Amino acid sequence: MSDARGPEAGSLLKVRSLTKYFGTFAACNGIDLSIGPGEIHALLGENGAGKSTLVKMLFGVLQPSEGRIFWDGRPVSIASPGEARTLGIGMVFQHFSLFEALTVAENIALSLDPKIPLARIATEAESLSKAYGLPLDPYAHVADLSVGERQRIEIVRALLQNPKLIILDEPTSVLTPQEADKLFETLFKLKAEGRSVLYISHRLEEVQRICDRATVLRHGKVTGDCDPRQETPASLARMMVGSDVAGVQRDATTDLGPALVEVRALSVAARTPFAVPLRDIALDVRAGEVLAIAGVAGNGQGELFDALSGEYPVGDDEAIRLCGKAVGRTGINGRRLLGAGFVPEERHGHAAVSDMTLSDNLLLSRSQSDRGSFLAGGLLSVIRHDAIRATARRICAAMDVRKSGEDPAAGSLSGGNLQKFIIGRELDRKPAVLVVNQPTWGVDAGAASRIRQALIDLARAGSAVIVISQDLDEIFEVATNIAVISEGRLSKPYPAGDLTLERIGLLMGGIHDSTAHSGTNAGGAHAH
Amino acid sequence: MIEAILLTIITAATPLVIAAMGELVTERAGVLNLGVEGMMIIGAVCAFAGSYLTGVPLFGVLAGILGGALFSLLFGFLTLTLVTNQVATGLALTLLGLGLSGQLGESFVGIPGVKLAPIVFPVLSEIPFVGPLLFRQDITFYLSIALVIGVNWFLFRSRTGLKLRAIGDNHGSAHALGISVIRTRYLAVMFGGACAGLAGAQLSLVYTPQWVENMSAGRGWIALALVVFASWRPWRVLAGGYIFGAVGILQLHAQAFGIGVPSQFLSMLPYAVTIVVLIIISHNRRTTLINTPACLGKPFVPDR
Repeated sequence: MSDARGPEAGSLLKVRSLTKYFGTFAACNGIDLSIGPGEIHALLGENGAGKSTLVKMLFGVLQPSEGRIFWDGRPVSIASPGEARTLGIGMVFQHFSLFEALTVAENIALSLDPKIPLARIATEAESLSKAYGLPLDPYAHVADLSVGERQRIEIVRALLQNPKLIILDEPTSVLTPQEADKLFETLFKLKAEGRSVLYISHRLEEVQRICDRATVLRHGKVTGDCDPRQETPASLARMMVGSDVAGVQRDATTDLGPALVEVRALSVAARTPFAVPLRDIALDVRAGEVLAIAGVAGNGQGELFDALSGEYPVGDDEAIRLCGKAVGRTGINGRRLLGAGFVPEERHGHAAVSDMTLSDNLLLSRSQSDRGSFLAGGLLSVIRHDAIRATARRICAAMDVRKSGEDPAAGSLSGGNLQKFIIGRELDRKPAVLVVNQPTWGVDAGAASRIRQALIDLARAGSAVIVISQDLDEIFEVATNIAVISEGRLSKPYPAGDLTLERIGLLMGGIHDSTAHSGTNAGGAHAH
Repeated sequence: MIEAILLTIITAATPLVIAAMGELVTERAGVLNLGVEGMMIIGAVCAFAGSYLTGVPLFGVLAGILGGALFSLLFGFLTLTLVTNQVATGLALTLLGLGLSGQLGESFVGIPGVKLAPIVFPVLSEIPFVGPLLFRQDITFYLSIALVIGVNWFLFRSRTGLKLRAIGDNHGSAHALGISVIRTRYLAVMFGGACAGLAGAQLSLVYTPQWVENMSAGRGWIALALVVFASWRPWRVLAGGYIFGAVGILQLHAQAFGIGVPSQFLSMLPYAVTIVVLIIISHNRRTTLINTPACLGKPFVPDR
């Protein structure tokens, strides 16, 4: 465990002043990195720090503009993922490069020697997955598998090529705490076999727990090379962010008002074969409360958001009440007119039209609720550009949206800034009810902290807020109460102070109160 | 009588099956080529020209295949290299094909053609009823059946077919795995063109052995629809093609007998019956989704 290896001692992979330009922008700028054999090496950094670009160069997906890569002491140029694999580099992507319509075995076969028969790949994958504690059915279609199982495919696919170095890109961002523990065991097994791991993450606690060394990136440059176990989370965060991240401020005691959102017996059948049906969901959110809904991706979060926002109205009008009115069959604009605001998960194409300007995007979502101020001429609906631009300016100022130009296209903003704008667009209306799905997904720490603070402030001002999130840190930061969604069922809400990470993990794995009382052994078995 | 009817059904279904098999492979690779009608008519005129100028109908078949493949290369260059809109380019290809074939075939109008001779299997063709139907046919019929078997094997048994399906499902991931998306799509488009050309050759060398302008008469569109309604499964395309051919021929006979049904209704029947049958076959939405190429019609530009 604690063989603190210097970067000089016979490194497996060595990178010297690696640089990648996109146009004139240096996504990676003179990166030095060295990974020894049997080392779990962390690559830390915020979104946009250059982690993905660096890794893509190591895996041959992108070509470096300058700098050199040494493998086993020899200089190499890695022209394609195929060459990377031949050298002995395996990669597990964050956004899985899997084919949903194909089976597990077919997916694996695509990256192996075409001469190996499919049946042999299937048996090998099955036995290998068992040996590393990642059980998989080789004949299942990927479309039917959970995110955790999909990640196993990627790992097994990488392992089948017997790599010396495995690169994992944000592997735990989609896992339950129990699934993550399982993954760490696998990583320790790999380390014990003398394989190296490059572990990309922005979760400091994980990095301190499992990594031998850490390289920290910021704005494309290395800002730290350290032994994470010798550091504190605060010192690592400083290297990552550059300044101390502002903690979110929140009052311990807030008086809650009347329930503004009431959901009773909400059941929705699956709209597509890959969707999750919602089963008998009940929840209350009172004025001044932030209800966070935790859960692993693909357990009905999207479907719940669609039902709450009215994007797909539900059959039973009484199933959803907003501000005291039954709205089950009311569409999204009708619900907005009642004072509700909604922020869907996907920034591009759902929450915003990438090719349109910020002011146009503002008009699109608020053309009905702000009809009086944005549209003139009654039925003619003449767009009042001045009023809309002024509102857009106000939103950008309030949320500190950094942009180029007065009114740029939404797609030209970075993820964090666009998300700040989208959240600000709703906050600007001071909604009585706000439902947000994944408010800070893929957003850098500074923007995330700003967004979370804004959500808490909104609740403090007397609104009811629902935050659907997979990020447990975020949930504990913002939530008054926490409920967990699993396979389309929602647990009862718990006061945030009463829940531990472990307890939430069990709930996420579908272990509800009745079974949890009978002991955690059953729970551990269930969560693989 | 029954034998004669069955023979005409086979002749009517063969071009649909051939063209649809080509389009099926193209679409499985994620490319939507709406130019089937245009490639088919180019194949028909090339086939007639090849047969007429050389005097050997078999050369006509080759010319049809080559003509269709070359014409599809234009579509491939526009949509894959220049990344134009696939729907618009496909429609333009059909219009261009119809016009160009009329121009090329102007001097062939009214010239009687030579019918492609049947290939007779000894012994087997002597079997009563079945023999003349299945073993005394021209080469296009045998090729159509071979195509269904071959494409089915290629897509679901061979590794190259797996790669092709992977490209149609998620071209970004396929590219990341080092599979050559653009090259495979070029080949798939050209296979589709070659099949449409072969289907056209069947029209001008077997179905009605002569050159008539617009003689494809919408069959390319039928083939396109068959692929979708058959949820991109080769055997379902075969079934769909034959149902369409059968109802089409039977309604003609029904009209000749003069039963008391409006002829417009009978003319509509093949379309309606085929759609209903294929909807029933594909009622399982999960199977349909698994078989639908998720990247169909989406442009691919590698980020390098």
